[in-house]
Amino acid sequence: MHTHSLRELLAQAAGEGHAPWRTLLKPGDWALLLAAGVLVAASYPLLWRGGAADRAIVKRDGEVVTELALNVARKYAVTGAIGITLIEVQPGRARVLSDPGPRQYCVQQGWLTRANAVAICAPNHVTLQLAGRGGRNEAYDTLNY
Amino acid sequence: MTRSTIELPVTADDYRIARYAAAAIALSVAEAALPTPLPGIKPGLANIIVLVVLARYGWRDAAWVSLLRVVAGSLVIGQFLAPGFFLALSGAVCSLAVLALAQHLPPRFFGPVSASVLAAFAHIGGQILLARVWLVPHDGVFYLLPLFATAALAFGAINGLVAARLLAIPVSIAEAAPAAMKGAA
Repeated sequence: MHTHSLRELLAQAAGEGHAPWRTLLKPGDWALLLAAGVLVAASYPLLWRGGAADRAIVKRDGEVVTELALNVARKYAVTGAIGITLIEVQPGRARVLSDPGPRQYCVQQGWLTRANAVAICAPNHVTLQLAGRGGRNEAYDTLNY
Repeated sequence: MTRSTIELPVTADDYRIARYAAAAIALSVAEAALPTPLPGIKPGLANIIVLVVLARYGWRDAAWVSLLRVVAGSLVIGQFLAPGFFLALSGAVCSLAVLALAQHLPPRFFGPVSASVLAAFAHIGGQILLARVWLVPHDGVFYLLPLFATAALAFGAINGLVAARLLAIPVSIAEAAPAAMKGAA
């Protein structure tokens, strides 16, 4: 009774005297691996684009003050309960540049890039929220950190 | 004790398929012990056996080994008829379908690595489609597709390389075992 088994096959496979790994790949294999790699890499931006924002909504006391398109750089000042909150918009992103609040949470949050991300400057009653294109397939209802 | 009146004739083919299926089952059970970062992402080592069988004995044997692996493997792990079993079955059926086509690729240019990568993509495709239709009826499952595809590409390539290397072993060694069984039968 022979006892040739997977173990022996694997031992053979790991053994010396074999052709190097790369010789096991034929030209078509290389081409297919390359094409598959490109497709996989392309699938990331394609499927993970959901949640790209295209406008910033600035609210004071829950009421919309203005909507800023995210395609041009600009700054916008809102007067709130205790002073002026300065909003900065750049293509594709927005942030609270300065705020009179004592703890500066909304400023430290930095740039917001995804749809429904929100920065809340509570002391000044001002919020900055990003909004995406279509309402249907948005990635998040709200984003906070 | 009465002698069984039912005689199931066992052919050399049956022994061969059983041997390979046993190897595939052992690999998938061993693999079930590995922690995975995301349900559904695993190396799929049993597919190495399926690729070797496909190259050596053709699609019919490969299909037997693959499906026996899914059924018996799930029995061993205790997953039989659980969602994971149907996901595995769906993946196995899809990858067998793709392998049926892939075996007709010109062998001058395409080796086991191509078959393995294509089968791995079919595997994950079958699983994610079933998950979308049945388990998670929401397009959110496709959100994981890039991760699954990356794993399929990586593990598919590695499994294909291992299969190619196993296939590079002279057939006499690999044939010895089934031949011995034939003698015993």
